[in-house]
Amino acid sequence: MTRWMLALAVAALYVLHQDIWFWDTARPLVFGFLPIGLFYHAAYSVAVALLMVLLIRYAWPAGLEREAEGHGGRRAGGGAANRPPETGGR
Amino acid sequence: MIPALVVFAYLGVILYIGIFAFRRYQQVDAEGYFLAGRSLGPAVFLLSLFGTNMTAFTILGSAGHAFSNGIVTFGLMASSSALVIPVGLFLVGTRMWALGKRHGFITPVQMFRDRWECTHIGTAIFALQAALLVPYIIIAVMGGGTTLSAVSGGAVPYWLGGGVVAVVVMSYVFFGGMRGTAWVNTFQTVLFLCFGAAALILVGSSIGGFPRAMESLLGAEGTAALLTRERISPRFFLSYTFIPLSTIVFPHIIIFCLTARRMQQFKSTVTFYPLCILAIWLPCVFLGVAANAMHDVPAIAAKLDARALLAAGDAALTAAQVAELRQAAAGDDVIILMLEHYAPLWLAGMLGAGIMAAVMASDSQILALSTMFTEDVFAFYGGKRRFGERAQVQTGRLFVVLIAAVAYAIALQAPPGIFNLAVQYAFSGYSALLPLLVAALFWRRSTKWGALAVTVWTAASVAAVALFQAAVPAPPPGTVVPYWTVGAVDVITRTPGGTAVWGFMPVVPMTLVSALLMVVVSWLTRRPSDAALARYFSPAGDVRSRS
Repeated sequence: MTRWMLALAVAALYVLHQDIWFWDTARPLVFGFLPIGLFYHAAYSVAVALLMVLLIRYAWPAGLEREAEGHGGRRAGGGAANRPPETGGR
Repeated sequence: MIPALVVFAYLGVILYIGIFAFRRYQQVDAEGYFLAGRSLGPAVFLLSLFGTNMTAFTILGSAGHAFSNGIVTFGLMASSSALVIPVGLFLVGTRMWALGKRHGFITPVQMFRDRWECTHIGTAIFALQAALLVPYIIIAVMGGGTTLSAVSGGAVPYWLGGGVVAVVVMSYVFFGGMRGTAWVNTFQTVLFLCFGAAALILVGSSIGGFPRAMESLLGAEGTAALLTRERISPRFFLSYTFIPLSTIVFPHIIIFCLTARRMQQFKSTVTFYPLCILAIWLPCVFLGVAANAMHDVPAIAAKLDARALLAAGDAALTAAQVAELRQAAAGDDVIILMLEHYAPLWLAGMLGAGIMAAVMASDSQILALSTMFTEDVFAFYGGKRRFGERAQVQTGRLFVVLIAAVAYAIALQAPPGIFNLAVQYAFSGYSALLPLLVAALFWRRSTKWGALAVTVWTAASVAAVALFQAAVPAPPPGTVVPYWTVGAVDVITRTPGGTAVWGFMPVVPMTLVSALLMVVVSWLTRRPSDAALARYFSPAGDVRSRS
């Protein structure tokens, strides 16, 4: 449930990037010099960082981490298909 | 000349960092040289990954784009990346890291070959990835030549500047491998984060405060629109959110994801990445917009005059004169010009070094190309088995020298515009390859034939857009030329900046068709063996042990 809500939050932020409501206006100038459209997208970047904190807190793929770090028997350039194409495969 | 000396001192420092990495860590095996032994710590991982993504365009191009187009630059290129790139690292980067750790992959093509049990299809993917990566390296050499020439007031000619940059980058990549590259990128990112803010404060105080500059821009008819997005269509703006999809597909970014010592290191990277984007891009975009109010800087005033002449649309102007005016109005060097005018010499030098840092971000691409060649071609086709791992690393180093030399030779001959366009195509091409990566990691039913269809489509569509733009000249700013109309709908149009398909940038249909091809062709062809699927998917859908 939490993961679905977080996915929805990511989708919502994607939609909120398209801020047509500040399209044609520069005012108010936030802090006296930042046009509102630019301030919105600066604040948007901060909101994304906060969402990333939530993603890490509630949707971190800990299973991947446990399995990968608990594994010791790999070799460089691994994988069965990563051998010379002596069999003429595609 | 002082700024040029500071820049040369900076080049000496990064050369030392790269070679120090070589001397401290003897990197004789492939993982040691190409992946820093999968041992990068959290701070270096964050800062160097971010630095890898900062190109010449981030600094010079963003300010130049903002100078001409206004605040829309930040929404187009920065805030969309602030969302898309960290989400990509969170979803795709962590899985790639886990697979690399588990199976020993060093390149994405090794994973594709194993996941879909293919050989030559993997080589086709390698060829496309390599072809799309080369323009970046050439652009960096060109940017280095231009920047060194600019900060030295012309004392260092373009050919020498480009040569110096090529030799410095080649040297620390050659000796330091991934570890040297990561440390240099970390140093460069810290430098730019510090001095970008300094530039903003200094220029702001020199021009009597930014509020005055903004009010003057709002008060003039020609510049008020730069503080809004009224000149850009919402559809075009939406298209741009597809461009950062390319980031997680870039081989140098995927390879970089494999260098983390632990998966925990992605946590700080994912969290701080949007804030780093904000810290770097906001000053650049804002200064680029504010430059429109700096009539007291003669070179910037000349650009504004050229733009005004273009906007007047004098019918008597010849095509050559229009091209000349466009060149004169271009804003890629506004940051350098305003620093020369407002900043003390030492700070201008430090900022010049910071700009060089961004321009030289090609180090990761050179290393990635070398890694891909040695792993996906040399080792795969028997070189490693015949000559051993030490010879593989030496081949990688030789390939670094070869790439740098070829890039330098091409940079001396070619006009810059060609490769700027090539980079534009490369972004779209890598975005169109995203379905390939996502299907490999998340969709059991995907097949090698689906992967081949995506690869062929991406290569064909990139070539088609390039040929179309070469055949149909760009119209003047503010106009579009319909090329194919169905009823009252313009399907394909030539725009001043490129091509539009139903009003969208080509990257949108390229990526959507790519995803469709992956689904349809995979459903029509035989899925990989159960053994291959078992290596990648547990019942819960996660990566599982192959043992």
